[in-house]
Amino acid sequence: MTREIAVVAFAQTDHQRTSDDRSEVEMLMPVLHEVLDRTGLKTADIGFTCSGSSDYLAGRAFSFTLALDGVGAWPPISESHVEMDGAWALYEAWTKLLTGDADTALVYAYGKSSPGSLRDVLTRQLDPYYVAPLWPDSIALAALQAQALIDAGETDEPELATIAARSRATDNPHAQLRGPVPQGDYRVRPLRTGDCPPIGDGAAAVILAAGDRARDLCARPAWIRGIDHRIEAHSLGVRDLTDSPSTRLAAEKAGAFERPVDTAELHAPFTAQEVVLRKALRLDDSVRVNPSGGALAANPVMAAGLIRIGEAADRIHLGESDRALGHATSGPCLQQNLVAVLEGDPR
Amino acid sequence: MSKEPVAVVGIGQTKHVAARRDVSIAGLVREASQRALEDAELTWADIDAVVIGKAPDFFEGVMMPELYLADALGAVGKPMLRVHTAGSVGGSTALVAAGLIASRVHGTVLTCAFEKQSESNAMWGLSLPIPFQQPLLAGAGGFFAPHVRAYMRRSGAPDTVGSLVAYKDRRNALKNPYAHLHEHDITLEKVQSSPMLWDPIRYSETCPSSDGACAMVLTDRAGAARAPGPPAWMHGGAMRSEPTLFAGKDAVSPQAGKDCAADVYRQAGIADPRRDIDAVEMYVPFSWYEPMWLENLGFAAAGEGWKLTESGVTELDGDLPVNMSGGVLSSNPIGASGMIRFAEAALQVRGQAGEHQVAGARRALGHAYGGGSQFFSIWLVGAEPPDS
Repeated sequence: MTREIAVVAFAQTDHQRTSDDRSEVEMLMPVLHEVLDRTGLKTADIGFTCSGSSDYLAGRAFSFTLALDGVGAWPPISESHVEMDGAWALYEAWTKLLTGDADTALVYAYGKSSPGSLRDVLTRQLDPYYVAPLWPDSIALAALQAQALIDAGETDEPELATIAARSRATDNPHAQLRGPVPQGDYRVRPLRTGDCPPIGDGAAAVILAAGDRARDLCARPAWIRGIDHRIEAHSLGVRDLTDSPSTRLAAEKAGAFERPVDTAELHAPFTAQEVVLRKALRLDDSVRVNPSGGALAANPVMAAGLIRIGEAADRIHLGESDRALGHATSGPCLQQNLVAVLEGDPR
Repeated sequence: MSKEPVAVVGIGQTKHVAARRDVSIAGLVREASQRALEDAELTWADIDAVVIGKAPDFFEGVMMPELYLADALGAVGKPMLRVHTAGSVGGSTALVAAGLIASRVHGTVLTCAFEKQSESNAMWGLSLPIPFQQPLLAGAGGFFAPHVRAYMRRSGAPDTVGSLVAYKDRRNALKNPYAHLHEHDITLEKVQSSPMLWDPIRYSETCPSSDGACAMVLTDRAGAARAPGPPAWMHGGAMRSEPTLFAGKDAVSPQAGKDCAADVYRQAGIADPRRDIDAVEMYVPFSWYEPMWLENLGFAAAGEGWKLTESGVTELDGDLPVNMSGGVLSSNPIGASGMIRFAEAALQVRGQAGEHQVAGARRALGHAYGGGSQFFSIWLVGAEPPDS
């Protein structure tokens, strides 16, 4: 890896429970304009564009084709799309910049969960022959994981409540939930309302740049020192839900363990998942975890992982962090995980 | 910074059919991938990462199926990416996989694309209920037929050209054991008398709905040196996109397609595609797209593509064979169709295309398009390694 690549700009929407008054393109366009404005770049200046989203949220095939209209893809652009969280679109863009085919990349992601019932929709991610027909929903599966952790003595309900309270005690103006949030009734035991992410709509965008181009575009680029992602078996029955070997391996490959990080943005939609990730990533109490509030404060599906990397990068841009970790997850109970290690130049 | 050269060392396909009721989705992708590994004489353990592609998740009713398919594709503990760029996805998936090697992030990558169309109804899966657009847009044919008419009007092509393409591709398919449609009694008259579906597109000028998968093993220079068979070397690859609908869009010959081809030719050092390229696998789901893409890809001047088709240039024994495998007109597992084009181009330059081999093919083009003729992905492969 001889080419240095950095996150040079990040923008996101104010995440909301519903956005009935706006199409996906209308939700996305202000974010795209904002991230371009931060660097002074125009669409035509961007070398490669990559996005992440899922048709199932929109409830129709090819929903991303219209989102592209919001980018202003004329004259034609070099562009690709992953049907995954935007963090994986960022990964694809990173490899594109490594080849030298492009010096800058625009990465964006969006998700509107409001048109449907997200708990039902996410069941369609499961094994279509043996599991999906039973409609086990996302909270029920996360509850299995939380109970396994409690049974293993790795956490308890009071600790989970503490994670929930800390996550919502954020000053992040984009967060959907801020301030005190009641622990609430059980949704699916042992998870209470406060242990679960809000359902909402939102979008995010990041600009990547290589080498001197990054230094031109950003006073303090967030250099990607390493990025890796790994997937585990799908079936919950063959996984140890109290651990996340894929996160550990991705972190190792991304170089996360070579030196300690000061900040970590973890994509843990459920409180108990933060416990699993902290262990896999060997994060002790000296590390500031999810100053943005994380997915418990705003979880726009398909954008929430990219937002973690963007938030981590922004801490470096602002000089609040020197070495930060961004994490994204996909699939039930942390099946697939991505880890990015970001650093600012020494001060 | 120079890129790592990328080689195709393994190719596998399923026999494409209307309905594979004997396998699950996982069984289907594993079959193609296993064949690609066997071709490369590698095992699952030799694979560093998996890149999978398919067209809309709605076709099988599984959201983000890569999660469920991780086990079947030997991806557990490895990186796995899922690409979706509409109909061009099979090509884009191969290009994303190639990028992992070109960037030296990984050494050997398995890439697979599939569609199991029998699990749903593609006609209605492609009839998009989008506000402010045509309310009755019945399937892909309903969208593309007006553009074909525009081409005929613009080029003055006689209305017999489309049937020639269908007749050729269906005959070529008889030489390809993996092709879905094997119409042994095909005649030009049968094509021309088949029912009109979306005027001017007749039934026999449309692609079938297929179940099928295609997989390739891509590797770096060191991996290619260990390969048991001749590798196909990637000389160029590109993706281009433009918006679906806007004033000034040329739906007959989109700028994104022209730009994509030009980028690939620049990378590969192709000065005159008509002369320098020996065989072409292009994405022709409706017969008239052969002359249209011949122009868009620079094989013929604007308005002249139909003359190449009519004069037999694109026949299997012609000067510029197109869709030797039978093409999308003979097999269309949508998400895999683009990768099949890329893989068939690679088979040609490896000299392993069997009965539909073009003698002495040294450089071949694989092409895919998607959406409302707005996404393009193309690669050019050669029998020799690239110069750099």
